[in-house]
Amino acid sequence: MIEVNQLVKRFGLKVVLRGADFNVRPGEFVALLGPNGAGKTTFLRILASLSRPSMGEVKVAGHRLPGEAAQVRAKLGVVSHLPLLYPDLTAEENLEFYARMYGISNFHLRVTEVLELIGLERRRKDLVRTFSRGMQQRLAIGRAVIHDPEVMLFDEPYTGLDQDASAMLDDVLRSVAAQGRTVVMTSHDLARAEDLATRFDILSRGVIAASATKKDLKRTNLLAFYKQALVD
Amino acid sequence: MQARTSARRLQAAKNRPSSIVCRPSFVKAMMAVVQKDLAAEFRSRELLSAMLVFSLLVILIFNFALELDIKTRQSVTAGVLWTTFAFAGTLGLNRSMAVEKDRGCMDGLLLAPVDRAAIYFGKAISNLAFMLIVEAIVLPVYSMLYNVNLFQAGLLGVILLGSIGYTAVGTLLAAMSVQTRTRDVLLPILLFPVAIPVLLASVKASGGLLDGAEFSEILTPLNILIVYDVIFIAVAYMVFDFVVEE
Repeated sequence: MIEVNQLVKRFGLKVVLRGADFNVRPGEFVALLGPNGAGKTTFLRILASLSRPSMGEVKVAGHRLPGEAAQVRAKLGVVSHLPLLYPDLTAEENLEFYARMYGISNFHLRVTEVLELIGLERRRKDLVRTFSRGMQQRLAIGRAVIHDPEVMLFDEPYTGLDQDASAMLDDVLRSVAAQGRTVVMTSHDLARAEDLATRFDILSRGVIAASATKKDLKRTNLLAFYKQALVD
Repeated sequence: MQARTSARRLQAAKNRPSSIVCRPSFVKAMMAVVQKDLAAEFRSRELLSAMLVFSLLVILIFNFALELDIKTRQSVTAGVLWTTFAFAGTLGLNRSMAVEKDRGCMDGLLLAPVDRAAIYFGKAISNLAFMLIVEAIVLPVYSMLYNVNLFQAGLLGVILLGSIGYTAVGTLLAAMSVQTRTRDVLLPILLFPVAIPVLLASVKASGGLLDGAEFSEILTPLNILIVYDVIFIAVAYMVFDFVVEE
């Protein structure tokens, strides 16, 4: 579903990604771990077609980037630590706007479905600026799944959430993944990712430095490797 | 247990229906952006109130500072009006893009599977609408304060053409400057030199119309305005994609 070969990204003289290889099969939930500044967000922005790779090959849902970006965007949902929502619009208006941008024909029905999925049906007429951070993040997930994407990218979705909101987000993430979507989530919190993901990759110094499935997590000593990467 | 979960997810992925997206038309996406901007602004009134208060203050300050006789007032009208519109327009352009950038909404727009030029045109049309609303309020106030009749079809046409050119180039440059830390300072620095032709032509054409000049006398500034509008709309259509991409 996602194929990345020898991905390089430079910002001027600064090289952020130095030939990263990354493959994800359909239905996998991959946690992309790494210390702050490892290039996780840049990596995800390239997969989301928001940033052009300097070198290397990127294919998402069978389409090449950046050449077939519009086709990729139609199959992709992105949630970041920013909600990407308009505070002066209601929850319903925000979802309707994005539904129209994705060309969903019967968007009123779809908006209701999504509001039910994220548990905000009763707050549909409330302005987003009156929502707590946790509710905004749930609505952000609703925005990202409005077009029922095959691939979902989560960039540090737990940033700024308290424990209750994080637990609620866990449930929404589980239901999103259970629908057969391919998910890539960046995080620096291994404990949180351990609960949800089926595979763990560590991005360090611009490359995927280690990878393990959930089953192999203990055997491969990935945890120790990750701690070392954080220290480095 | 883990293997079973993975297998179940893989099976669910295979059984997933394909995406429900049907790429929206250029016009539909553009109109969605316009409606969203207007709905958000009419609710918050942040942008319009800032532009309006600024514009009214400027014409009031000019009115008291210049203390001109009726004839001289008429001759400075075009300059005062366009100075007011240009500065108020810059305020609106900056704010309109900052709203998208600050909460990451620009990324939300760029993630939609639409031609990115549709996003540009949507933003440009809503910026133009805000500018025209402010102008529609400023013109009668100015007419009363300066005792000048501004409600002439020709003059309104020039104001429309000038505003189109100004917002066309302003929206493009605002999309560029909003990505920098010094966006508030950078936009006027980038915009005013590029907008000199449209502002000069607008002042010339407006001044000519207020002085009762023949149509043939204002033809040159009018032509400049039309050519400028066409060129900058075409340039923005071609380069917006590169401006917003990292």
